[in-house]
Amino acid sequence: MAETIPAGSTTDGAIQVGQPADARVSAAPSYDVADFPVPHGREEEWRFTPLERLRGLHDGTAEATGGLRVEVTAPEGVTVETVDRTDPRLGRAGKPVDRVAAQAYSSFEKASVVSIAKDAVLTEPVRISVHGEGGVAYGHQLVEVGAFAEAVVVIDHTGDATLAGNVEYVIGDGAKLTVVSVQDWDRQAVHVAQHTALVGRDASFKSVVVTFGGDVVRLHPRVIYGGPGGEAELYGLYFTDNGQHQEHRLFIDHDTPHCRSNVAYKGALQGKDAHAVWIGDVLIRSVAVGTDTYELNRNLVLTDGARVDSVPNLEIETGEIVGAGHASATGRFDDEQLFYLMARGIPHDEARRLVVRGFFAELVQQIGLPDIEERLLTKIEHELEASVA
Amino acid sequence: MATLEIHDLHVSVEAESGPREILRGVDLTVKQGETHAIMGPNGSGKSTLAYSLAGHPKYQVTGGTVTLDGEDVLAMSVDERARAGVFLAMQYPVEVPGVSVSNFLRTSATAVRGEAPKLRTWVKEVKEAMEALQMDPSFAERNVNEGFSGGEKKRHEILQLELLKPKIAILDETDSGLDVDALRVVSEGVNRVRESGEVGTLLITHYTRILRYIKPDHVHVFAKGRIVESGGAELADKLEEEGYAAYVEGGASE
Repeated sequence: MAETIPAGSTTDGAIQVGQPADARVSAAPSYDVADFPVPHGREEEWRFTPLERLRGLHDGTAEATGGLRVEVTAPEGVTVETVDRTDPRLGRAGKPVDRVAAQAYSSFEKASVVSIAKDAVLTEPVRISVHGEGGVAYGHQLVEVGAFAEAVVVIDHTGDATLAGNVEYVIGDGAKLTVVSVQDWDRQAVHVAQHTALVGRDASFKSVVVTFGGDVVRLHPRVIYGGPGGEAELYGLYFTDNGQHQEHRLFIDHDTPHCRSNVAYKGALQGKDAHAVWIGDVLIRSVAVGTDTYELNRNLVLTDGARVDSVPNLEIETGEIVGAGHASATGRFDDEQLFYLMARGIPHDEARRLVVRGFFAELVQQIGLPDIEERLLTKIEHELEASVA
Repeated sequence: MATLEIHDLHVSVEAESGPREILRGVDLTVKQGETHAIMGPNGSGKSTLAYSLAGHPKYQVTGGTVTLDGEDVLAMSVDERARAGVFLAMQYPVEVPGVSVSNFLRTSATAVRGEAPKLRTWVKEVKEAMEALQMDPSFAERNVNEGFSGGEKKRHEILQLELLKPKIAILDETDSGLDVDALRVVSEGVNRVRESGEVGTLLITHYTRILRYIKPDHVHVFAKGRIVESGGAELADKLEEEGYAAYVEGGASE
């Protein structure tokens, strides 16, 4: 029995309530790209994505050329390895669920594995720098956190690349992992990736996804629970400029009792043909009693000509839950707010900056990493200055 | 001495059927130290006058002049007017999510004063002004107007008035929706600013109630988009007894 709850209020853009999550994919999850037909663009999971701008990542024509530098800086207590594709630790978090993720899984040659030992409590973040030098690359990264360990991982994407990849997070029982993934690509980059987290018993996973750059960025964060008591917080922030396509598709599979999830994604858009897509799929399976979940998406449209597609979808197969809800709203920049601030002497650009900064502030405060928070706020201000200029 | 001069002001708004004239030739001079009450029935254009003076983009000035000490106010942007010394206490202050009152006040004071106030004296200044308006210190950490009660919104407007010390203060129905206690607290705030003798006050109201606390030097009756009668405080007493019926025959503008 599936129940679909209507979306929250909307003032602009398109909001719809989608099909049940398990009916949305056109092929079963698989490690093998051959198990997926080449998408033509009308499939539920591809219908918002400009396939012609993926540079062949989706149809097998994109030959790997390299040109991607991955550097890992890690404090003590962390093991960093580069391993072959046959390493048995890979692929445990979950299978690729679409053609591009499967293409990446079928094509990568070496994977980075970052292991945080059991009980280790890191005092410094692990920093993974992914820098593109213009080539086509298929990547794979695994972050493995031992039981009761605590770690923060910051993944920074910069430069130019055509990149398809999978990132796995395998979080041991009682462990805590915070991952910040920043997509600060050059303007022409294409990045399609699946991020799959397997959250252990009583473990906590916090994901912060920040997307500013690229021509097309399509990320697919997924959460699966390995045992009861798991908790996932997924925060996202995007700033979509003219011509950019930034798509975040989330899936939380509540297949285990007494787990929690909380999703909050916020985006600002400016400029002609800026396109942001947010899909929030939450599935509460019949065994997942005691589930508590909430998801939220907010979009702030700063100028004419931008488009938002926001599709929250909640499917509930058991009534024995603590709570389940979602909200989605897309609004224009509020001229009344601007007037109010300007009527107090604050110049136009500064007033606009205050409003946009305010829009993101609550979300940014939840990140809990002061240096990242400051960097994000600075980045938002740069984006705004670019638009004002 | 600062003087706001409004001469033959005509203002329209865009309606479905085309532009609709709301202000039809307003003449008014407000000098520093004076308090003018503008009273009138609903729909007479009082609030349009307030928002037009502040420069709200919804209102199109189609004729007339507004000057502050000879400077053309109508040529100024909204923020320039505020920095020149025009302050509008709004009837419906706007929520600004994610922007704290303390950040907002400091940003605003910095803009209006032309330099950032010194932190130590500023904190003291804000604290004292908030105490005088019986505002809890926790107020400063809340987001601007978000979740404020009607009374809190008005106190917050008057707090800004006290901190920004304008030359001309326009109070748009600051009394509406306030209970007696809140009205007294807010009025005392306005009076503290008036007692400095450095502000000209334009008090826009539907009711005479606030005039028990804030004594006007001049009272103007506003009807059909213009001032139709002017007098001293005694005119308010007449309105209290007789209402606006004498001025709205033939229909208000709305």
